[in-house]
Amino acid sequence: MIRVKKVSRPKEIPLTEKLYLVEIAKGLAVTMNHFLKNLTNPRSIPTIDYPEVKRPVPPRFRGRHRLTKRPDGTPKCVACYCCATACPAVCITIEAGEHPDPQIEKYPVRFDIDMLRCIYCGMCVDACPEDAIRMDTGWYTVPERNREDLVYTIDMLLSD
Amino acid sequence: MDSAVAFLTSKIPFLASLPFWVVAFLVMLVVALVILGFALTYEGIATYIERKVAADIQVRIGPNRVGPNGWFQFIADGVKLLMKEDLIPAKADKFLFVLAPYLVFVGSFAAFVVVPFGISLIAADLNIGVYYVMAVTSLVVIGILLAGWGSNNKWALLGGMRAAAQIVSYEVPVGMALLPAVILAGSLSLQEIIRSQGGYLGIFGWNIFHNPFTFFSFFLYFTAALAETNRTPFDIPEAESELVAGYHVEYSGIRFAFFFMAEYGDMFVVCALAAALYLGGWQVPFVDVSGLSPLLANLLSLGVFLAKVIALILVMMWVRWTLPRLRVDQLMRMSWKYLVPLTFVNVLGVSVWVLAFDGKGIPALVMSLLGR
Repeated sequence: MIRVKKVSRPKEIPLTEKLYLVEIAKGLAVTMNHFLKNLTNPRSIPTIDYPEVKRPVPPRFRGRHRLTKRPDGTPKCVACYCCATACPAVCITIEAGEHPDPQIEKYPVRFDIDMLRCIYCGMCVDACPEDAIRMDTGWYTVPERNREDLVYTIDMLLSD
Repeated sequence: MDSAVAFLTSKIPFLASLPFWVVAFLVMLVVALVILGFALTYEGIATYIERKVAADIQVRIGPNRVGPNGWFQFIADGVKLLMKEDLIPAKADKFLFVLAPYLVFVGSFAAFVVVPFGISLIAADLNIGVYYVMAVTSLVVIGILLAGWGSNNKWALLGGMRAAAQIVSYEVPVGMALLPAVILAGSLSLQEIIRSQGGYLGIFGWNIFHNPFTFFSFFLYFTAALAETNRTPFDIPEAESELVAGYHVEYSGIRFAFFFMAEYGDMFVVCALAAALYLGGWQVPFVDVSGLSPLLANLLSLGVFLAKVIALILVMMWVRWTLPRLRVDQLMRMSWKYLVPLTFVNVLGVSVWVLAFDGKGIPALVMSLLGR
């Protein structure tokens, strides 16, 4: 059964609103206020001049990935595939190689992240047992002219 | 015109050897180029100002990339429009499609001929000036209709039809709202009307303060003129939420720029008319301009006139970025049921006032009571 809810409406619109003139004047006053405020004090406009001024990112912002390094400059990554397994977008491709140090076993020969597939969920960071991958660069992915340039390789990920 | 030709032939002996019509043609050419230059510069700057006003009203920054504070944005826009591909739809009526923007632009530009920029700065002081503006700006309707029809596009056609209906309807209140000033001055010449608003009363000599009827007449004219220039809140011919861009939806590049310039030209003309007929035109308050040296008088009157016109244009922009668009039926009702009767009442009222008080306005009557 359909139930009808009765909504009370004002029986008659007051004359001042019917004439529109008062309401128009009110509206004009609002915009004039904005105009004068922003004309005399442009700094109060919250717009950010983007390429010159960047918006500060919060500390837990998930930005572009980076691979962390050991003190000697080699990647901390041990090519365990945890991040590639956890990744819901299947954007991480790892190829493992044998590490000269028998304590470490493996290192990534290839570590590609397809930024076009990445959904910035951060699960790779959670999954990593070695704290080798982080998303704390505070960068958005910059646009490129072709798709190949958006597959970030290990050198690019290590460089920052 | 005759006096200008006579002056030139007396100064430059070479011109005296030429037939009259050649010299007259040269004078016309120079005057037309000067006005065209003014109109194009004004239109460019007006687009920049409009974008800045809109930005400030909407708490944005607006154009700020090209030049200091974005001042050269209009040059960049113009270059962009010139470089764009000139597209003509395959099924469009090619001749009408090409003709329409020129008609619209000519209609708005030709009205600049009688705009009284200063005490003697006017291309042609026609004795039917007000009537001429009304007649010439009506040409815009034909151009818009042709654009709507020639584009072979449903939105363009709807927009063109709406524009025609709207402009034709609002011609009536516009004409009727201009009549009170004409009645008071007893002339259709714009210079004559402005001269009648000078004198010892200062700004109270303006027609807007003459009597209550002229006061309302000014606002009625301004409202109707807003509708005639197709600007918000009366911009249903190009209502972007329903008609994309209305009659110029198929136009691109420089042909679109013609429509755009015509809109801003129209704004200038109606504001100039409002300033000339009701706000004293180039009359400087409490200064008798005709007594000064010609150069100073012209500069002063030009500055005052432009200040008034620009103030009115800013009001137009202010209204545009404040009010929402009217529906078609509301628009027609506004014209035929409110503006037309009110303007007729005003014309009647002013006529009776002129008869009853011998053409004197309230300020003049007050002054005569005070013994002047």
